[in-house]
Amino acid sequence: MPSLPDMTTPKVETLGGGTGVEQDPHVSDAALRAPFFDWLCRMGDNTLILSHRLSEWCGHGPALEEDIALANTALDLIGHTQMWLALAGEVEGQGRSADDLAYLRDVMTFRNVQLLELPNGDMARTTMRQFLFDAFHAALLEKLSGSTSLRVAGIAAKALKEVTYHLERSSDLVVRLGDGTEDSHARMQTTLDAFWPYTGEMFLGDDVDAAMAEAGIAPPPQDLRPEWDRVIREVLDEATLAIPERRADVHKGGKTGRHTEHLGYILAEMQFLQRAYPGASW
Amino acid sequence: MYAQMVKSDGPSDAELSPEERAFQARIDAGEKIEPKEWMPEGYRKTLIRQIGQHAHSEIVGQLPEGNWITRAPTLERKAILLAKVQDEAGHGLYLYSAAETLGVSRDELFEKLHSGKMKYSSIFNYPTLSWADMGAIGWLVDGAAIMNQVPLQRTSYGPYARAMVRICKEESFHQRQGYSIMMKMARGTEAQREMAQDALNRFWYPSLMMFGPSDKDSVHSAQSMAWKIKMNTNDELRQKFVDETVPQAEYLGLTVPDPDLSWNEDRGHYDFTQPDWDEFFEVLRGNGPCNEERLGARVKAWDDGAWFRDGLNAYADKAAARRLAAKTAAE
Ligand SMILES: [Fe+2]
Ligand SMILES: [Fe+2]
Repeated sequence: MPSLPDMTTPKVETLGGGTGVEQDPHVSDAALRAPFFDWLCRMGDNTLILSHRLSEWCGHGPALEEDIALANTALDLIGHTQMWLALAGEVEGQGRSADDLAYLRDVMTFRNVQLLELPNGDMARTTMRQFLFDAFHAALLEKLSGSTSLRVAGIAAKALKEVTYHLERSSDLVVRLGDGTEDSHARMQTTLDAFWPYTGEMFLGDDVDAAMAEAGIAPPPQDLRPEWDRVIREVLDEATLAIPERRADVHKGGKTGRHTEHLGYILAEMQFLQRAYPGASW
Repeated sequence: MYAQMVKSDGPSDAELSPEERAFQARIDAGEKIEPKEWMPEGYRKTLIRQIGQHAHSEIVGQLPEGNWITRAPTLERKAILLAKVQDEAGHGLYLYSAAETLGVSRDELFEKLHSGKMKYSSIFNYPTLSWADMGAIGWLVDGAAIMNQVPLQRTSYGPYARAMVRICKEESFHQRQGYSIMMKMARGTEAQREMAQDALNRFWYPSLMMFGPSDKDSVHSAQSMAWKIKMNTNDELRQKFVDETVPQAEYLGLTVPDPDLSWNEDRGHYDFTQPDWDEFFEVLRGNGPCNEERLGARVKAWDDGAWFRDGLNAYADKAAARRLAAKTAAE
């Protein structure tokens, strides 16, 4: 069974594909610094917060195989977080590491979408959230593999391999649970209805996104919508689930630091040791 | 160990049938017994109890460390801990599969765990109170598990022996990770050093209990050892564990919480204080600090997951029916 190949995380800078700042002028472009940093935090915070939620399942999954698979996904996402936030720290240029960014920022400077911070609830919620995000995440990483920022492209290409698998797995589970028993169907539909108003946030663009698009670093989020719609429609159809007739862009703000009440508790737990023992090394 | 006080069903020597005699001869010759081959009913039952208890220990053993995954202090530590706990789930899987070759399903074994008919190792009924406990568990608990499991790679039952080979590789990795956490803590700030010492204080005796009570009091050990499903006595393994661990504690600059611990030149071993066996039996009886939480968490995971498993099964049935219908239509 898969497990962490070794004890030490490989140097995150080299994982990014590029060999240094010289080859990626975006990284040291002062004019881009603020939006680029913000955008990288969005990437890293999405994976950080989702991996955190997934890791809560460890030991409590509905079957051993599922327990292991949830941990695998969480591990992949922690790896992505390390790469995105390390690059964010580098772009920011104030010497903050990925850990500093993960463990020493407060709620209002977190940039993840709200969908990912919602509590796990049952496996219907965990599975549906994963699917809705995976479809977005895969479409985004696919585009980012061709980013004008070589560092971004390198991280995206590596992450895409894993996220393609995440999407396969979550799609498969959505189909099976949607078309399973009456109970599993009802749970999946109820969850889909409840999450739908959170999905729009993934596709809302703002000034940060515009600056990234302008520099050729990332696509405007709204451009990802058709591909997401296609995947969602196809999978939900096979799952015998109905696309909700509700507005999708109701709950939003995470990308600019406006969160649900849940994120504060995640951080209180996640950051406890770093906050309680400042300066200690672990 | 992960399997403590496993009861063995065996006939006395005088009653051995010719088949049983031949079976014992194969074991004495170091042959492996494979699933399809004849084996005494007592051998099969004892193995199911032992492998089952071992498997249960792996999955209940996810919980004490799982308790700190969301509070791990760095991304790297979180990934390492999560991967470690995930490994334990994998160990559970291998072992349930090994047990299945003896004719008992995973679901049946779960039922026995959940109803309290089968046990898991006493060690997992102790709480994890600080981050240093992640170090202490990897170092001491995985370390104690290794003591027992390395010899079990040579156990007589083929599937069990092969599961042990895979598991042992990962366990020694876990132990090194645990020790690395202890090292960081013991050489860290004053507060970290205190946490490390406190973790050692709390986990030392429960770790010694993992090997089970002295074999002098165990009527089952002899048969299990003849069958080579138990390779060493509990006392031998406990002594070996103490002998290996004490210098490691010294290297960390931590104090083993045993004032009578001393090197015995004549024996070539450490003399040490036995754990409180009354406490051990109380923990087995369900009166440990976390018995209810641990078993409760497993039962809850299983019950809450019922609709999920049912959904997947229902889909599999429908899909099979659809394939059959398509095939019939095509013919
Ligand atoms: Fe294990
Ligand atoms: Fe282990």
